[in-house]
Amino acid sequence: MKVLVPVKRVVDYNVKVRVKSDNTGVDIANVKMSMNPFDEIAVEEAVRLKEKGVAAEVIAVSCGVQQCQETLRTAMAIGADRAILVQTDEELQPLAVAKLLKALVDKEQPGLVILGKQAIDDDANQTGQMLAALADLPQATFASKVEVADGKAQVTREVDGGLETVSVTLPAVVTTDLRLNEPRYVTLPNIMKAKKKPLDTVTPADLGVDVAPRLKTLKVMEPPKRSAGQKVADVATLVDKLKNEAKVI
Amino acid sequence: MTALVIAEHDNASIKGATLNTVTAAAKCGGEVHVLVAGHNAGAAAAAAAKIAGVAKVIHADGEHLAHGLAENVAAQVLALASAYSHILFPATAAGKNVAPRVAAKLDVGQISDITRVDAADTFERPIYAGNAIAVVQSLDEKKVITVRTTGFDAAAAEGGSAAVETVGATPDSGKSAFVGNEIAKNDRPELTAAKIIVSGGRALGSAEKFKEVITPLADKLGAAIGASRAAVDAGYAPNDLQVGQTGKIVAPQLYVACGISGAIQHLAGMKDSKVIVAINKDPEAPIFSVADYGLEADLFTAIPELVKAL
Repeated sequence: MKVLVPVKRVVDYNVKVRVKSDNTGVDIANVKMSMNPFDEIAVEEAVRLKEKGVAAEVIAVSCGVQQCQETLRTAMAIGADRAILVQTDEELQPLAVAKLLKALVDKEQPGLVILGKQAIDDDANQTGQMLAALADLPQATFASKVEVADGKAQVTREVDGGLETVSVTLPAVVTTDLRLNEPRYVTLPNIMKAKKKPLDTVTPADLGVDVAPRLKTLKVMEPPKRSAGQKVADVATLVDKLKNEAKVI
Repeated sequence: MTALVIAEHDNASIKGATLNTVTAAAKCGGEVHVLVAGHNAGAAAAAAAKIAGVAKVIHADGEHLAHGLAENVAAQVLALASAYSHILFPATAAGKNVAPRVAAKLDVGQISDITRVDAADTFERPIYAGNAIAVVQSLDEKKVITVRTTGFDAAAAEGGSAAVETVGATPDSGKSAFVGNEIAKNDRPELTAAKIIVSGGRALGSAEKFKEVITPLADKLGAAIGASRAAVDAGYAPNDLQVGQTGKIVAPQLYVACGISGAIQHLAGMKDSKVIVAINKDPEAPIFSVADYGLEADLFTAIPELVKAL
């Protein structure tokens, strides 16, 4: 079985982004970019399935600008066998990405698609579910445990009150939560080997997909600032302030 | 223009997040209808009919709808979608699971986690872990939305008298099945609805210490317990207590952060709290930059002292 793993190039999670002064967006020029943390977990899970003999091939996919190649090389250094870049300079929203991935699912016929549950830039949490809908596949979102056997995947999901286990027929779409696994560090020899692995480039037009955005961003603003707080000397002062100044207890 | 709210419920009662979503739906203009899809969920449908501002409740009953599987709930929503201009879900694990599936089938973009309705087609939503607010306009005819519950007041749970209409359940997709669940039992207020939250971080050192130090303070304040990702990953607290960008988003009256440094991802989940108290022994901890009251102290002595003083 093939496993398809979509990965996204995003602003590194440690960077505190700034809103541009003209309110057109956030300033991402000269900011460190890396693979979306949930996607690292997705690649790791796919590679582990391969190491267990469940998956035969792991294909990493990324949609976006040419620099997404670096993200794909990282995925291959973790252990993906080959990569596909859907290259475009257009802004891509989740529905467009889901359509591009649907076209690749039709072509590659993977048994499992593993995505991150959300990207830390747009915080949308949509692409996996949308892909599942378009490809008419079952979905198991926010996975913290995945077991594949007998044409089914049994997936434990993180839900609001605790955990829930569902069983989905393959092929299926799984999205990863934080606690699914601990992604491995890539080693230098593997980075070197990843440079030799195949990376195909296609365009949205090749796949016959219209990627026009459906949401127009009118403005991006700074969130309201909290007024400066104060340090209190001891517990007694804290209790007094909470009771008499803030009146919250 | 009519808005459809997909109720979050446990087949017996309506969950609080639904009430906030009804408020957001009313702001989109037009009538608000509520869908209760479940199994033997008559009581939940009756409760939905009492929510102030709801004009109609649609009740769909089927065994395969019992556990809110995305494939089946999405099909149920799609069967009704043609009559609605707005379809809103609470931005909970359940809502986030189903909403994008509905949007994709309708071939429309989905708007996640809105915090404000500016116009019937224009919404505000946080991006980059809440470090920026985007104002977005939907170019699609139908709007499929998830609502950040802390962004809207709860609609009154009593006072309405909507008619309940029963519709036939759409068939089971057969592609997925519910196997079981492990729901953490506790008699504390629900984290996302609590007025006061006491939250612990990695500094607590172990699951035993977490319980021993945080619980008495939470008991004293009648508070819900939260945790940082570091505390959850280290096994000090269960996953569903995680507050942050990828956990729960909360906005209580009082948030007490104990031994939490205040990483961007954690702040994203709690910085809309009314009053934030930080107890941390590191004077440089970023949590102090958002705290209204900061106490620089060792939490193992400060918290028991605080419990005594209350």
